[in-house]
Amino acid sequence: MINWPNFVSQLFNGLVLGALLALISSGLTIIYGTLGVLNLAHGAMFMLGGYAGYVAYTYTDSFILAVIAGSLFVMVAGVVMERVIIRHFYSRSDEDQLLVTFGIGIVMVEVVRFFFGSLSMNVPPPAALSGITSLGFMFYPTYRLALVGIIAVALLALFLVLYRTRIGMIVRAGIEDSVMVDSLGINVYRVFMVVFGIGAMAAGFAGIVNAPVVSLTPDMGDSILVQTFVVVVIGGVGSFPGAIIGGLIAGEIISITSMINPGYSYVMLFAAMTLVLVLRPHGLLGSQSRA
Amino acid sequence: MSLLEVHGLNSYYADSHILFDVGLHVERNEVVALIGRNGAGKSTTLKSLMGVVRPRSGQIVLDGVNVAGKASHAVAHAGMQLVHEDRRIFGSLNVEENLVLAGLTADNKWPLDRIYEMFPRLRERKGSRGTDLSGGEQQMLAIARALIRDPKIVLLDEPFEGLAPVIVRDLMKACRDLAAEGQTIVLVEQNLAATLALAQRVYIINNGHIVHEGRAADIKAQPEVLHRYLGV
Repeated sequence: MINWPNFVSQLFNGLVLGALLALISSGLTIIYGTLGVLNLAHGAMFMLGGYAGYVAYTYTDSFILAVIAGSLFVMVAGVVMERVIIRHFYSRSDEDQLLVTFGIGIVMVEVVRFFFGSLSMNVPPPAALSGITSLGFMFYPTYRLALVGIIAVALLALFLVLYRTRIGMIVRAGIEDSVMVDSLGINVYRVFMVVFGIGAMAAGFAGIVNAPVVSLTPDMGDSILVQTFVVVVIGGVGSFPGAIIGGLIAGEIISITSMINPGYSYVMLFAAMTLVLVLRPHGLLGSQSRA
Repeated sequence: MSLLEVHGLNSYYADSHILFDVGLHVERNEVVALIGRNGAGKSTTLKSLMGVVRPRSGQIVLDGVNVAGKASHAVAHAGMQLVHEDRRIFGSLNVEENLVLAGLTADNKWPLDRIYEMFPRLRERKGSRGTDLSGGEQQMLAIARALIRDPKIVLLDEPFEGLAPVIVRDLMKACRDLAAEGQTIVLVEQNLAATLALAQRVYIINNGHIVHEGRAADIKAQPEVLHRYLGV
């Protein structure tokens, strides 16, 4: 039943989901914008971050160490994946790139299933952030509120790296024209490796910080992958601000529609994407450089 | 020994053979022009020298180092810079960021003040994003971005194309000043008058083959050569 408290609660849920999608999509969009590779393993990396953090949590009982371990593990996995496999596909067709990243994603999922099984795992929130918080007009899970703040800090850190550092300047230039970056004496393949590592780390970080609000399963990255692709299209390929705006829009669409009829949440999401493509073919904040 | 020696260069786009055993040499402090009709292979030659197009065979020896087949960043480190025909300015970066980025990995880079002395307009627009620049300003920035790396040799691909005469005059002066300072330049340009005014020596390329080489002054006096290969 739709009432005011339910609606506000769903708005908050949409904000949490939107922030999460924004973070994951940021990684996906800078990878595609810079390397030109559509990484279909990105959802699996999100899942991998959750599981790597789960393992770290199991051994240390520390949520902070779990977040660090989950993020770093996926970053290293991303760098290895780029060095060993992806770099051989830069000059290959889009179809080959899609197939190889799709295959890598399947391998990641099945390796996790082999070690952990298909049953769901749980990572509890840190004690200080467990329970519920009164917002005056409603009660809301404390960790979900904190999650918005945690992701906002992560997005701010990513923003500062991209817009206030030299490596960020190189990445932004690479998103526009990686050939020109190479012509200016900057080893663009090293840049690709760094970008892949940053993008993977963003997905891994999202996977572990989101773990306390979901159950970890090997397939959990599948639906997230679809949603993040929509976010990237809505926001504009290669656009970091676009990923944030697209993420928030997608999160609210899914959440609000679910309140009325969950079966239509994806319908509305794709309808929004279609509308954006019709009105702005390069996305809300995208450019033509990688279109 | 020449600063740049090219022997038997063959380049392809997919299965299309574009350059056929191209050979040329450029001395230090020399301005050499490469002229020819549209589609003759001028830009492909420059891109092949820079490593943007990887030649299938041939030698490109820059200051004693064979850079044929190497990636562009390695060719840039060897001392070559290409100013692309379409300028390829980073639109999301401002003028100064474009310049800083270009100099990041240079061993001996020009101070920004030296760049701004050569192109005062860039100092005025240093905070402007690349997308907000006029065509002439973008071309100045493209040339400045190459120069900031203090290259041994600069390849200019159609630097005056599509620009207003007053901008062409300014860029011509900049090129003349550079040449007077001893900068080695390879110039590809459709504007024949400007080309022959700047270059000391000229190669004519036709259908991917170097078909003529001579001093610019001599070419001017050979209208039949210009007519045969350029149709002018």
